[in-house]
Amino acid sequence: MSLEIVRSSASSSPAPGVRVEPQLVKLVDTSTCIGCKACEVACQEWNDLPPEPTTNSTNSYQTMPATTASFWNLIKFNEHEEDAGSLHWLMRKDQCMHCSEPGCLIACPAPGAIVQYANGIVDFQQDNCIGCGYCITGCPFDIPKFNTGTKRVYKCTLCVDRVSVGLQPACVKACPTSCLQFGTKEAMLEIAEKRVTQLKANGFAQAAVYDPPGVGGTGVVTVLAFGDRPELYGLPKDPVVPAAVRFWKGPLKWFGNVTMLGGIAVAAVHFMRYGRKEGHD
Amino acid sequence: MVMLPVERVVRYNLRERLVHAVAGISYVYLLLTGLAFWTPALYWLAIVLGGGYLSRMLHPWAGLIFSGVLLVMWASWRRDMKTTPADKEWRKHIVDYMTNKDEKVPPVGRFNYGQKQFFWLMVIAMWALVISGGVLWFVSSVPAGFAWLRDAAILVHSISALATIGLFIVHLYMGIAVVPGGLSAIVRGEVTREWARQHHSLWKTRP
Repeated sequence: MSLEIVRSSASSSPAPGVRVEPQLVKLVDTSTCIGCKACEVACQEWNDLPPEPTTNSTNSYQTMPATTASFWNLIKFNEHEEDAGSLHWLMRKDQCMHCSEPGCLIACPAPGAIVQYANGIVDFQQDNCIGCGYCITGCPFDIPKFNTGTKRVYKCTLCVDRVSVGLQPACVKACPTSCLQFGTKEAMLEIAEKRVTQLKANGFAQAAVYDPPGVGGTGVVTVLAFGDRPELYGLPKDPVVPAAVRFWKGPLKWFGNVTMLGGIAVAAVHFMRYGRKEGHD
Repeated sequence: MVMLPVERVVRYNLRERLVHAVAGISYVYLLLTGLAFWTPALYWLAIVLGGGYLSRMLHPWAGLIFSGVLLVMWASWRRDMKTTPADKEWRKHIVDYMTNKDEKVPPVGRFNYGQKQFFWLMVIAMWALVISGGVLWFVSSVPAGFAWLRDAAILVHSISALATIGLFIVHLYMGIAVVPGGLSAIVRGEVTREWARQHHSLWKTRP
């Protein structure tokens, strides 16, 4: 597996990648997650991330309220009462979704600080990062996290270092129930759809695969028993790259560039036509 | 023939000139680093100025200097910048002023209507920039539920920055290229009495 860059932030030239590779995807089947957090440990271990203090502020088994700059994989524990007396413990893996249309990359002003590889992985290159935090605004999943020490942002790499040598991500390797799987998007969607059919037969009529089209689909697809209400799992219903970011990087940028150059041109023409006012210095 | 010495009057005292210089220098730094973050085509500006990381780090501090010094400027010039009946007359002849038909332009005081509008628009834009810039500076502290605040900050910051660039182009062009004596007035502070009579005849100059 090579690391072909097919998209690079803030680049005025096209990305160099030409090889066509299948998109590699992590499948998260929330219905078979037992909340053991082996994936959290595996992530910290493999990525050699410094220990992050756990906080009990969530009043649940959840390790901490949200992912941090050195904690990229967090199982969210959501309790949901569907009918009176029924309790569903909805566990969901919170991490970078590796969007096909990455809002972080679109918003980033630093050349090459965020790249997308041909296999679909979206990766931060911290040595090029200037720490502006525009990616935080661009992300609809609240994933990029700012490290106050280095003043740069960090997130899940989908274990790009493992994947590039043919291994599966550390979290997938550690998962004891096979609720996490890794492979081509085609293969993962096939497994996911099969699981949705099973769930529907088991009384979860709204079961669905979460692969939101608003961000072009994601590199992490999730099976949800309550697929009609991803909010129950803390997932946005229809995530999109924020309209403000699209407007800013699209029409506003063109308008601004034309206006700035136009302003200078108008001043030059005005000077050629009318010139300096007469009078004393 | 006896050459009479040219009579000079103080247009801007040293304090006003220093305040203007700090505002100008900090604005140009903000402009160059801001343009580097605006488009990849101008990212080289950040590299020339010490790299993207350093530019990102210093840009907000330069913004604080700029807005602080603009407040000082506001405190000392706000009375001079009020629109007067003479300005309303002047405004009717703005096309004459722009096309250098100055003999048709009515007399004004220390500042003309265009200068006053520039001043107030800059002050308003400064507030928009400093507030939205504060959000962008500490964007990682904005709770996820307040995503609209981050979106608004990006739009307000870029739109008001573009507005100041338009104003800045006009300001620089008028002060340096169009009005004789404009540049030396703001650098050295003095103009000739004849200049004051010609451009700002209602201005009560001190002898």
